[in-house]
Amino acid sequence: MKYVLLALAALTFVYPFVWMLSASLSAESGLGDLTLLPEQFTWDNYITVFTKIPLGRAFLNSAFVAIVTTGLVLVTGAMVGYALARHEFVGRNWIFYAIIFTMTLPFQITLIPNYITMVRLGWIDTYLALIIPFSLSSLAVLLFRQAFQSLPQALIDAARIDGAGELRIIFQILVPNVLPTVLTITILTFMGLWNEALWPLIVIRDESTMTMPQLVTLFSVGGRAEGQLGVKIAAAVLLAVPVVILYLFFQKHFIRSMASSGLKD
Amino acid sequence: MKKLTPYLLVSPYVLHFAVFVAFPVVFSIVLTFHRWNIISPMEYIGLSNYERLLHDRLFWQALWNTIRFLLVHIPLQIVVALGLAELLNRTVRGAAFFRASFFLPVIVSGVVVTILWQQLLGFNAGLINRLLTDLHLPRVAWLDDPAIAMYSIAMMATWKNVGLYVILFLVGLQSVPEQYYEAADLEGATTWQKFRYITLPIINPTLFTVVVLSTISGFSLFIEPYIMTEGGPLNSTLSAVMYIYKQAFQYYHMGYSATLGFCFALIILFVVIIQRKYVEQV
Repeated sequence: MKYVLLALAALTFVYPFVWMLSASLSAESGLGDLTLLPEQFTWDNYITVFTKIPLGRAFLNSAFVAIVTTGLVLVTGAMVGYALARHEFVGRNWIFYAIIFTMTLPFQITLIPNYITMVRLGWIDTYLALIIPFSLSSLAVLLFRQAFQSLPQALIDAARIDGAGELRIIFQILVPNVLPTVLTITILTFMGLWNEALWPLIVIRDESTMTMPQLVTLFSVGGRAEGQLGVKIAAAVLLAVPVVILYLFFQKHFIRSMASSGLKD
Repeated sequence: MKKLTPYLLVSPYVLHFAVFVAFPVVFSIVLTFHRWNIISPMEYIGLSNYERLLHDRLFWQALWNTIRFLLVHIPLQIVVALGLAELLNRTVRGAAFFRASFFLPVIVSGVVVTILWQQLLGFNAGLINRLLTDLHLPRVAWLDDPAIAMYSIAMMATWKNVGLYVILFLVGLQSVPEQYYEAADLEGATTWQKFRYITLPIINPTLFTVVVLSTISGFSLFIEPYIMTEGGPLNSTLSAVMYIYKQAFQYYHMGYSATLGFCFALIILFVVIIQRKYVEQV
């Protein structure tokens, strides 16, 4: 009984994705069936997507933005997390309050002012608008702080005696010792950025700078799919594929990092 | 130099906080007292934006839509997640596979899930209606009936996120010592009593997390209705963020849009505080 219920549930979550894959490879007439094998197999939907919208470019934009931003989040997170975990200084508690404040603040309140900041800085339609606001994450700082606190002081003292500078201590000595934390932050940040659609819709209007979820959204609501379901679905499949592949590779870590952070988005 | 080190290390955070958190919060409040189309100079109009908001039918509609969304989404999320976690709990063979499959929609972009569900929920060609027809049941206008559309979106959001909460509940359930249940069995406790007096108190923090995260994601709802219904039919799926977005980027009412954002943020904080009080009592 337990297995029947579980199998039914698993089917409910997996079947739609398999159907989507199959539908994206079907001719328009074969759509709307519940079957899992594409009817009249064809690549046409994918060819149409690529000829109608610059999806290849959007893929590169998304990948570039997500990789650079994740890198920055790791670097800034490690620096700030280290200072909070291993240094006594005036104002340390204030930074801690600021982090908690930031994490409880609904983004609705900062959305419009942040857009105006982007306009004032002249960053509209540039990668800077997609990267800089997300280049520091309070969650990453907290996770690094926690991980660094649990390392022995001897590790740092030994490095200091060898004459290592603070940055070397952080990135060559400490970071390699907290790889699970690094992986958690990488996964959460990368996935969040890859899937982010609202912010790009606000700050990017130039097609050549658009990210993938943004382009697929505009394609899907803008009528350029011209009611061709198969084409829309093909675009969605292409957006899902990179993160699903990553998921299949790092499945356990994905689930663990989500569970340990208790946070999404 | 030595004293300066920690300050240099935290400087990126301080700068980022000042520019992207502190300044926006202050500026947002200033904006609510102004009329501004971003091009001409800002014009001070006192409390007019707030007054307008009180009489704005669409503001109340967006708020009401969010409430209707939450009333379906939160209970559904909890029941399904807890049910699945309970099924997975006492070491099932293939648990890893089941966990992974429930989790799949969580990692995929909301854009993908929405496009997929748009096909599933279509009136004529949608797969769910096709299934209903095969079972000789009447078809449902999932997205075309103003009375139903928001609940369809709540159902989809549950499907998308429930995997995450299954994992959270599973972590909670696994921290319940097996002996507690064994002792309760000896006392002749019913399944409900075991749930009420053993499981519930232990998963209470998780329950709180689920309620809060679902509330926040409900108030953040944007891409799903934007793609699926564009807020229709008859504004029945117009969400808070969507209305903020429309006022700012379709009509260029920056001041009013900021007022909406500010008020919705206050409502979220208020609701979350109330929830904390209530859940801690359970």
